[in-house]
Amino acid sequence: MSGKEPNAIELRDVEKSFGITKVIQTINLKVAQGERHALIGPNGAGKSTTFNLISGYMKPTSGSIQLRGEEIAGLRPFQINRRGLSRSFQVTNVFGNMTVWENLRCAVLWATGQRYAFWKNIDKLPEVRERTARILEDIHLVGRRDVPAGLLTYAEQRALEIGITIAGGANVILLDEPTAGMSHAETERAVSLIRRLTEGRTLLIVEHDMSVVFGLADRISVLVYGQVIASGTPEEIRGNPKVKEAYLGEEAA
Amino acid sequence: MRDITVSAAPPPPALADKLKFYGIWVGVALILLLLPKILSSGGSLTTFSLIGISIIFALSYNILLGQTGMLSFGHAVYYGLGGFLAIHAINFIVGHKFPIPLPLVPMIGGATGLFFAALIGWVSTQRSGTAFAMISLGLAELVASSALILRSFFGGEAGVSANRTKLLKVFDWNFGPQIQIYYLVAAWTLVAVIAMYALTRTPLGRMCNAVRDNPERVQFVGYDPHVIRYLAFCFAGFFAGIAGALAAINFEIANSAYLGAVQSGTVLFAAYIGGIGFFIGPIVGAIFVTFLSLGLSDVTPVWQLYFGLFFIAVVMFAPGGITGLLMMHRPLLKGGTMLRVLPSYAVALLPTLAMVIGLMLAIESTVHYTVNPSENPHIRAFGIPFNAASPLTWAAALALIVVGFALARLSWRRVGHAWDEALTTARQNGVAA
Amino acid sequence: MLELIVISTLNGVLYGMLLFLMASGLTVIFSMLGVLNFAHASFYMLGAFFGFQISRWVGFWPALLIAPLLAGAIGAAVERYGLRRVHKNGHVAELLFTFGLAFAIEEIVQIIWGKSPVDFRVPPLLDFPAFTIFSTNYPAFKMFMLLVSVAIFLGLLLALKKTRIGLIVQAALTHPHMVGHLGHNVGRIFMLVFGVGTALAAVAGVIAGPALVTQSNMAGLLGPILFVVVVVGGLGSLPGAFIASLLIGLLQTFAVSMNASLAGLLGPLSPDLAQSWLSDIWNVTIAQIAPIMPYLLLVLVLIFRPMGLLGTRDT
Repeated sequence: MSGKEPNAIELRDVEKSFGITKVIQTINLKVAQGERHALIGPNGAGKSTTFNLISGYMKPTSGSIQLRGEEIAGLRPFQINRRGLSRSFQVTNVFGNMTVWENLRCAVLWATGQRYAFWKNIDKLPEVRERTARILEDIHLVGRRDVPAGLLTYAEQRALEIGITIAGGANVILLDEPTAGMSHAETERAVSLIRRLTEGRTLLIVEHDMSVVFGLADRISVLVYGQVIASGTPEEIRGNPKVKEAYLGEEAA
Repeated sequence: MRDITVSAAPPPPALADKLKFYGIWVGVALILLLLPKILSSGGSLTTFSLIGISIIFALSYNILLGQTGMLSFGHAVYYGLGGFLAIHAINFIVGHKFPIPLPLVPMIGGATGLFFAALIGWVSTQRSGTAFAMISLGLAELVASSALILRSFFGGEAGVSANRTKLLKVFDWNFGPQIQIYYLVAAWTLVAVIAMYALTRTPLGRMCNAVRDNPERVQFVGYDPHVIRYLAFCFAGFFAGIAGALAAINFEIANSAYLGAVQSGTVLFAAYIGGIGFFIGPIVGAIFVTFLSLGLSDVTPVWQLYFGLFFIAVVMFAPGGITGLLMMHRPLLKGGTMLRVLPSYAVALLPTLAMVIGLMLAIESTVHYTVNPSENPHIRAFGIPFNAASPLTWAAALALIVVGFALARLSWRRVGHAWDEALTTARQNGVAA
Repeated sequence: MLELIVISTLNGVLYGMLLFLMASGLTVIFSMLGVLNFAHASFYMLGAFFGFQISRWVGFWPALLIAPLLAGAIGAAVERYGLRRVHKNGHVAELLFTFGLAFAIEEIVQIIWGKSPVDFRVPPLLDFPAFTIFSTNYPAFKMFMLLVSVAIFLGLLLALKKTRIGLIVQAALTHPHMVGHLGHNVGRIFMLVFGVGTALAAVAGVIAGPALVTQSNMAGLLGPILFVVVVVGGLGSLPGAFIASLLIGLLQTFAVSMNASLAGLLGPLSPDLAQSWLSDIWNVTIAQIAPIMPYLLLVLVLIFRPMGLLGTRDT
């Protein structure tokens, strides 16, 4: 690719088996820095597993995963997160009994260097306070600041999910079906939110809604039966006969 | 941009709030100071000392259960070891004539609790949930059984004793009289409570809550949940050690019961009955459970059964504990609809009480037959005389239970309806206001 | 020496099978309902006391049948009217409910049967030595215990492989999250599983009662060991529970029969140690630390295999 700058994410010959079942058959994937990359494919193609492998939720059976040139395969999720990669979840995964404010604040703490501090008053940390407030603004939940996350509406929880994901300031963002289950209007709002919040960062997104995919992504990779069968610009993917056959064809029909 | 950002954050507390906040602490300190002036009998001073110790212990337990979501069945280990080390320390200090006064000895207990929590915690906090609960139980059994084997340190069945009055005097106090012990315990309780409250408001404290809510997600915001659980475990061990040392000072003895299963169970009962969802919950629970065990054991030989049944009832019907029940009413009080539910409470209370009395009658009569059947059947329970042999008693018990249960079910359902209505109205009032 | 090994192996396997009789029910309940039944050992105790009382009235053999049925019925009722209600408050509340239950059952047993051991005797039919090894008479009742537990073990295996409920239980063991999708009769299956699990524990109680001590603290003594078994084996793993049961059974039985101590082994080398406060560690025999053997094993397993021997699941 362009010059010496390492790719934001690079998967080389990554395999994952559960027992004797191979879920991921030798996956190769490159996501350049600053790119908005969409990962698409039919159900059960291994998209979520790929996310789980990259974010450290699962360990690959073999192969190499690099984050900006650094090997991260086999690292624990928090180690990968500290290296600047953050992910969201398909099923909303927030801190249910804590308020929106506290949810976002927890996501900011490590990035602001608080670590496991037990000698500081959390309300008296200006940097934490300001960053949390900014994220709260960004996801448009200022009015719901003091509501426990478990009591938010579905769309609000999804917004909070994205907020938690980007709050730490990670450079590489993985979003797992951020618009799943949303209405048209909600989806539109979510897409513009994602576009704004990932400005200047690398985004890898799993999405089923093709209008979102083609509207948002610079590049698209197609995953079928645990293998990337095609990778390219939206136009290239649209014109790719293999993709049409495996995926878009049935979708269009 | 900056202005907007600041307005999005919660406003800093107003002066009135700050005054209220510090006022509460000052008020508590004053009450602790003046309490012995009002109730000065030796018995009540002992009770207050026990309550103070129990408060520290229950709050330390809640660092695990309420704050971090770790259910421990072996918290008494750190309490007990703190107690033993405190006794040995007193003997050592007296023996070597070190210039260390008694009020500093609880620190040794705390350090002991911290040390063993740090030692044991790393392996046991690897797991969370049910596995952690079972591991804490197994390790507690290990320590408790080992204590019986290592007789020269733990003193076997009899335990180890010490004389607390022989240490360096502070302002002419030798800590012989109970009033001086009361003030010692009260001071330590206040300090420990403030410290544990402060802990909840630190980055670590908030991350503990995050681990409680969703340990999985914590990993994806850069934190290792194992480390958070471990640190919480160490803090809990530290404060438990302080409580254990105070108990050892109070009784001038430490024995294997300190670190046994009963002690671990009692602190769990206290914290849960008080309510683990609020900081003040375990304090309420510690006061309540201490009074209950002191009071019940005087009036009935099977008080532990009542205690267990009461705990089951709390788990089933009021999982928020006493504090949770009280806090539920806050929106109603604010919305001004509290009066709508009170009549339904009164209606429901009657059959519930009848059922409970029937149950107690049945239990006490059964106890009479199994424990001392040959004695006079005219017995007293809770100071009320009745004839355990009379079929009338049995019939009354049965009728009270059956009728009470049926009516209680009905009336509590009505409480539910009244409650829903009151809450809805309260919310509307809130929106209007 | 050989005599010791044979007898200890027999006793160890017997103890292990008894443990597994309880651990199997505990594991299946945990896999299906997601709650570890803290009161499981209490049902074992109830089995022993029911067995004792019923054998007084109508003899041991009817008691062997009636006592577990009774305990199982109580277990099913506990699930239906207690646990199911608490379920919505989460796993901690469920575990605490069974904890409170264990506490209450112990108190109730104490009220009815007192604190001292009851005189639960081996039935006359089995009160003879089955065989003599070297110089030791091995009691027939112990062989009967072994037979019953092995028979139940085989029966369970068969039920697990051949019946519809068995298949559901198997599915629950491997895919605990799928239990929710069982359909409308899920409640009845839960009640059945809980009832059968507690009944199995009660069987263990009835057959162990005459051989061991039937006393109100028996649940408190056995409970923690039982939980060590399921953690060491790996929470939710039936084969793991089996291995751990036998392992702990053998370990403890062999330890009891050994009198070696550090002092005995190394004593002459440094007599000074025997004087210091370390003397307890120095002089303690393996037999004396037999009661803490399971917990030492737990610590070892936690250090080297935090998930348990055959465990794969967190929580």
